[in-house]
Amino acid sequence: MTRPDPDELLARVRAAEAQEVRGELTIFFGAAPGVGKTFTMLEAARIELDQKRDVVIGVVETHKRYETEALVLGFELMARKTIEHEGIKVSELDLDAALARRPQMIIIDELAHTNAPGCRHLKRWQDVEELLDAGVDVFTTLNVQHLESLNDVVAQITSVVVRETVPDSVFDKAHDVRLVDLPVDELIERLREGKVYIPEQAARALESFFREGNLIALRELALRRTAERVEAQMRGYKAAHGIEQTWHAGERVLVCISASPHSKQLIRAARRLATSLHGELVGVYVETPASLRLSSSDRERLAQNMRLVEELGGDAMTLRASDAAPEVVRFARTRNVTKIVVGKPTHSRWRDFVRRPFLDEIVRASHEIDVYVISANAPETAQRHEPAPSRPTPISGYVWSCSVVTLATVVAWTTFRAPELLPDVVMSYLLGVVLVAMRFGYGPSLVAAVASVLAFDFFFVPPYFTFSVTDLRHIVTFSVMFVVAVVISHLTKRIRDQADSAQQRESRTASLYAVSRELAKAQSRDTMLELAARHIREIFAAQLAILVPDSHGELAAVIADEGTFDAEKDHGVAQWVWTHQKRAGAGTDTLPSTRATFLPLPGSRTRAGILAIVPSDPLRIREPDDRQLLETLARLVGSAVERFELADEARRAQLRMETEQLRNALLSSVSHDLRTPLSVITGATSALLDPSAPKDESTRRELLSTAHEESLRLSRLVRNLLDMTRLDAGALKVQKELQPIEEVVGAALNRMEDRLRGRNVSTGVADDLPLVPIDSALIEQVLINLIENATKYTPASSAIEVAAHLDGEAIVVDVSDRGPGVAEEDRERVFDKFFRVHEREGGGVGLGLTICRGIVEAHGGRIWVEPREGGGATFRFSLPLGPHKDHHPEPLDEHPT
Amino acid sequence: MTDSKPTVLVVEDEKQMRKLVTISLRSNGYDVIEAETGEDGVKQAAAYTPDLVLLDLGLPDVDGLVVLARIREWSTTPIIVISASGQEEKKVKALDEGADDYLTKPFGAAELLARIRVALRHAARGPDSTAVVKIGEDVEVDLVKRVVQVGGAEIHLTPIEYKLLTTLAKHAGMVMTHRQLLEQVWGPGHAHQMQYLRVYMTQLRHKLEKNPAHPRYLLTEPGVGYRIKEG
Repeated sequence: MTRPDPDELLARVRAAEAQEVRGELTIFFGAAPGVGKTFTMLEAARIELDQKRDVVIGVVETHKRYETEALVLGFELMARKTIEHEGIKVSELDLDAALARRPQMIIIDELAHTNAPGCRHLKRWQDVEELLDAGVDVFTTLNVQHLESLNDVVAQITSVVVRETVPDSVFDKAHDVRLVDLPVDELIERLREGKVYIPEQAARALESFFREGNLIALRELALRRTAERVEAQMRGYKAAHGIEQTWHAGERVLVCISASPHSKQLIRAARRLATSLHGELVGVYVETPASLRLSSSDRERLAQNMRLVEELGGDAMTLRASDAAPEVVRFARTRNVTKIVVGKPTHSRWRDFVRRPFLDEIVRASHEIDVYVISANAPETAQRHEPAPSRPTPISGYVWSCSVVTLATVVAWTTFRAPELLPDVVMSYLLGVVLVAMRFGYGPSLVAAVASVLAFDFFFVPPYFTFSVTDLRHIVTFSVMFVVAVVISHLTKRIRDQADSAQQRESRTASLYAVSRELAKAQSRDTMLELAARHIREIFAAQLAILVPDSHGELAAVIADEGTFDAEKDHGVAQWVWTHQKRAGAGTDTLPSTRATFLPLPGSRTRAGILAIVPSDPLRIREPDDRQLLETLARLVGSAVERFELADEARRAQLRMETEQLRNALLSSVSHDLRTPLSVITGATSALLDPSAPKDESTRRELLSTAHEESLRLSRLVRNLLDMTRLDAGALKVQKELQPIEEVVGAALNRMEDRLRGRNVSTGVADDLPLVPIDSALIEQVLINLIENATKYTPASSAIEVAAHLDGEAIVVDVSDRGPGVAEEDRERVFDKFFRVHEREGGGVGLGLTICRGIVEAHGGRIWVEPREGGGATFRFSLPLGPHKDHHPEPLDEHPT
Repeated sequence: MTDSKPTVLVVEDEKQMRKLVTISLRSNGYDVIEAETGEDGVKQAAAYTPDLVLLDLGLPDVDGLVVLARIREWSTTPIIVISASGQEEKKVKALDEGADDYLTKPFGAAELLARIRVALRHAARGPDSTAVVKIGEDVEVDLVKRVVQVGGAEIHLTPIEYKLLTTLAKHAGMVMTHRQLLEQVWGPGHAHQMQYLRVYMTQLRHKLEKNPAHPRYLLTEPGVGYRIKEG
């Protein structure tokens, strides 16, 4: 027994998973209108209703048929949305209401219906997809002629081109397809009886679409398509259960796409082939240097053809090569393609002499791969392949080409006059043509070729100075000269085109590279988006808006150029793109009435945002190449946004961790630092109270002063903790007022009087310091903490100096000591919370300096520690003078009132 | 009984605090009346007409400022307010609205007694009792001759400096808020021009103090005002 292909198994598991949340689609499938699809569907729905399921009717066209209308009774009918379009009122399915109502099952007739402009989606099947995504089961109806892959077959049979089509993928992914079949005779009978259309219409219908031959063919198509589906299910079952003995490798059909209008038929044919072989479809377009000159309508058609491949469930690829055929075969080999589908050549035979025929080359190179040549008759549209507008050559090119020919004539005239030197004359003309072709392109080089032949005839071929020729051999010379000149022009032009194409590709690659490099360098998300926006604007000559979710998860525009994103009008479409991660807006099938095209910015793991773009030329973002470039850019921006989000997340995690650590440190500090003085106080006071232990006066004093000191320490600790909490909670109010720093220094020293007793304290505050905007109470606190530290960590008799001086736009205050100093590695850390140089040494909680830093930074200043010359440490902080320049304590009005 | 013990009314809701203050005061020769709430405090003040009121600003029932205002409606008895740290604004407000001085918790017994002494003395002395005020050991202000001497040498003060100095000196030992000083020296309408005051205080210190950055007499009460230390 062969083991099932693991990839396929995985795909099946995924499909099953998706099905768990996705609603189930049941299609009632028929060959033609009137076979009774709606009727059968409603009957089936009634059974569901009887089983107590929540079934509502979204849209049902009863066509006023009595028996159908009778069946609708008993169902909940959803109100339709009325849209007025060009004066005509049209009622459509109210998708938002249906999504909000969220029934277990909804009935929506006519899957292929095209919505009126103003609806969210162009097509009803897109509405259905959205409902399925929301987990709602859908019952719907479909006629065979509306299936995309059968569209042109039906057109051939009935000569009626059906515009409303449904992608085959919708049909293939449906949970169940129920064929509603009616023998052709009976259908015609029903039509005659007026059960399908009103009699007048019915007569007309019978003559055109409903001819017996047509109906038989349509019925066959419907039966076959249903059978194919059943067979596919069978295969799926066998594959799942490992029943099939020989597991043949999947067929892969490659179809060559071009901008030709025939391409559509070719693609559909390839799709049918792939379906009948249970294979995959790959569409390939090879961009050659020549194709760079496609006209805009050709480009548009090419884009449509590529889209068609995707709609039919295939992969559409663009390859680049100088020669299409070998590239197609090479690609086919790497992708294990088994069949290549190409179109029958439509050009005249003589072109094959000039160029190697594409078909021949494919057939020759394909070896084991089968090649199917499919004929494409009557193009769907009457449009002819337009000649590409070549680059306009400036007039100067033609002037130059004439000058070069004149120059060649002069040179030849002066150098090669002898009749035996005629070949050299020809050579100098050809050289001229080459030069013109290289420098000025096709047109001027052709002019040069013609002018060269004429000049050659006129000046060098007897009879001289006439255009008449006597010797017939010279005619041959002219011809050869002309042909050679033209071939040279042509080749030179091709080289130029190739160079252009390479250049274009290179510039694209270069711009992508530049963008990715710059985005990687950006420091913040918003500057990154700003950069990305600038690049996209430049590349596509577009206006744009970028939306990313804000802190509440609501989409908000970070960048919005004029007229790209209207927060009110375009909110819906942005939200839709965000939820579905698909393009929408202008140029798409969803909400096409907006000005901008909206596309998702996908991150590697999550969705990152939305890009709304309004290119100056709408074609610019529809061409496959530009589309691809734009999508690559979108992905780039998306992952960059994601990168910042992840970095933020990491920072938050880090912060949480640090907070946790801090909390632990606080607990341990507090428990130790509060408990020590408390136990000392308790011990001392209980000893004092104990009547049994006799104490002399000095012991009593000792005990009392210990208790007193410890209680002071406790008080400082609590004060620090409170200050810290206020700083942390952001409750610290800085009330700045202009004041002399000298006054604050004095206040701090007075406050510290008790602790500084016996110390040599000197001050060095400059006399002419300007007033500085500070909160005096807070800065006093900073000074007290610094002075306190100096008394705590330095020998009792050592000197302390407090000084202040002006340094540029700030006042710098120093508190210096002659203690042991601060080791270099600790100089930054001493300001960290709970950091203590010497654990367990009479110090505080390790908050004093942190509080200082908090206060100084709240004043816009900086605090740091430096080693002091001659030993010790200097703690310094700066206080900016701020915008007020007029800080000097000038003598004020001296007129007492 | 002319020199009977001065009576102090202690309005304080925390029992331990009240007990501590009461003990300190009683052992230093004061009579103490206790009130636990603001309401009770106002009643006791009316019933006993104490010589001084110690009023905690953080009372559970009525705002301390309200109690202050109600006592001030009819009494000029000195009031010292007690506040927790970080209540600078409330403290200043209390001083501006008639409190004589303030203490910030936690405070020591010595500080408490000193403040009470100063307040009682000012209340007893009344206005214009002395012609010469001494500040510390060096500075003498002759209010009659309008002469200021530092270490025996006369120094020149501008009229505003002189007025500022005398205003502070008349309340020696007691805090004066920025507002009070501005209104008394510059007159009403200048109450908010604090830079003036700071600049003049700085000039005054430079003229009177040996080390203006570490003053001994002209002290700053950050966020509140200034105080001249009693000699």
